[in-house]
Amino acid sequence: MTDTMTAPPRKLLPSPRSATTRKPGYARRLTRNLLVALLVVIELAPLAWLLLSSFKTQSEFVNDPAWTLPGKWDFGNYTEAWTTGHVALYVRNSLLATVPSLALIIVLGTAAGFALEVMIWRGRHQVLLVFLLGIMVPSQMILLPLFRVYFQSGLSGTMWPLIITYTAVGLPLTVFMMATYFRAVPRELFEAATLDGASILTAFWRIGFPAVRNAVFTVALVQFFFIWNDLLISLTFTTDDDLRTIQVGLLNFTGQYGETSYGPLFAAISINVVGALVLYLLINQRIIKGLTAGAVKG
Amino acid sequence: MRSVLGDRRAIAVLLGPALLVYTLVMLVPMGWSLGYTFFKGNVIEGFTFDGFGNFEKLWHDPQAHSALWFTFKYGLAVSAGQVLCGYLLALLYVFVLRRSSAAVRTLVFFPVILPTVAVALMFQKLFAVAPQNGLANVAVEGLGIHHGDWFASAGGSFIVLVVMDVWRSMGFYGVLIFAGLLDIPEETLESARLDGATGWRLIRHIVLPLSAPVLLSSVVFSINGTLKVFDSVLALTNGGPGSDTTPLTLYMFRTAFSYGDYGYGSTIASLLTVVCLGVTLIIFRFSRRDLTKG
Repeated sequence: MTDTMTAPPRKLLPSPRSATTRKPGYARRLTRNLLVALLVVIELAPLAWLLLSSFKTQSEFVNDPAWTLPGKWDFGNYTEAWTTGHVALYVRNSLLATVPSLALIIVLGTAAGFALEVMIWRGRHQVLLVFLLGIMVPSQMILLPLFRVYFQSGLSGTMWPLIITYTAVGLPLTVFMMATYFRAVPRELFEAATLDGASILTAFWRIGFPAVRNAVFTVALVQFFFIWNDLLISLTFTTDDDLRTIQVGLLNFTGQYGETSYGPLFAAISINVVGALVLYLLINQRIIKGLTAGAVKG
Repeated sequence: MRSVLGDRRAIAVLLGPALLVYTLVMLVPMGWSLGYTFFKGNVIEGFTFDGFGNFEKLWHDPQAHSALWFTFKYGLAVSAGQVLCGYLLALLYVFVLRRSSAAVRTLVFFPVILPTVAVALMFQKLFAVAPQNGLANVAVEGLGIHHGDWFASAGGSFIVLVVMDVWRSMGFYGVLIFAGLLDIPEETLESARLDGATGWRLIRHIVLPLSAPVLLSSVVFSINGTLKVFDSVLALTNGGPGSDTTPLTLYMFRTAFSYGDYGYGSTIASLLTVVCLGVTLIIFRFSRRDLTKG
């Protein structure tokens, strides 16, 4: 989804318009600017307010109106959220759950997508349909049996329940998307490689995987945001306070911290928002790079 | 050559691990959950066979009814909002902003990647009345609407919930539909313009029918997501006031984990599954019939 956004507009936009389609320029420009201004306000005002508020002191929250600026710019709220509020620990836990799941999803999902799309065998369409089922069924349907199994096998106090569940839940969409991407890669490529003496597994690893590299990146992003932002699975399987992920930690932030500490709470939310923003900016560039690299190689 | 691409051992090595994980962690638990619906109890107290008791309970449970009703109401409102706002954004990108739309697309897309819990906590404060009036509340009162505490009433909570989820996701649908609109051939639009169709008429008679496929997939995608809503409700209203904003997902979670009733929890989860599959099928059915008519 993200690459469609940054991809250069294809047909409609760059084409020069004929004179008949042009409207009077001034009115059009005014509407355009007003609409853009409105959108900027709708999108950015809440976030700007959040960031500004994260610098406020307790008395400013209680005594001043919401739109006033903080009196002093210090990062006290942030240090407090990061250390006493355990945000650092939550971020670490989220990373410990997300990175292994993501790696497993990509490797297993791409291989399965290859086997289901490039390889030729009876029943592959049916298997793909079975994977599709997993996209529609709500996660609530698998929570209780898994909770029981993790509990009885003693996995409950570790990160494994999260990693295993995220991997399984992420697979259906990944397999489906990968199968679609492999459809665009000519089969002859793999046949040629095997004629040159490579096994089909080598052909997958050396040719198939690199051929869908950009798609892998897109899928990894979609899955990253799904896992990082997930609440249901992490809430269910993190029975231990020390294993809380960032979303569960944030949810419990007010409860454990006391309802009245607004500054650290705003700082904790801001850490999430700023983190996402930084990542978002990095990704945008990375995708553009990936696209241009692909274009040069043809 | 078929023999290489049909190499059974290679297929097993490539597909095996994914299929194994998927089967053990998703398919088996799905069936297991269905099995739970005939039982009462939980892991600690043990299970007793209950026949169709859970289904009977579901049939007569006013809380389940209101959760189902809320799920539908929320799904309809948010899906309509997402797709409508997304469509308007896409039209804005394609017909008004044109070449300069990349920056705006990037900006409006940003909330999509924000953690729901963070957004929900932010909206809680935006619409708060104490200790200070939140920014959104200030703005709303500036428009002359005095609402008081949004989260004290079912209607107020619902409105904030819908506004938040549409705000969060409209950028995604904007880009999705934008990509669909780009697939409409420029020549078609050009010839329609030559025939005198501009502005609203061009959109109504040319753009809208031609973007039917992407609209359909947006609606299916959106409905499937909104019927499963969990984190935004939990973090924004916690299902309250009372249980006025409790969807099936949250009711299932509470039943299973707070009250330890695995059997009834599974029954609610199964109801949700049936609703999700049913609604998707109905939309597909409906759209196909509509297409043959046109």
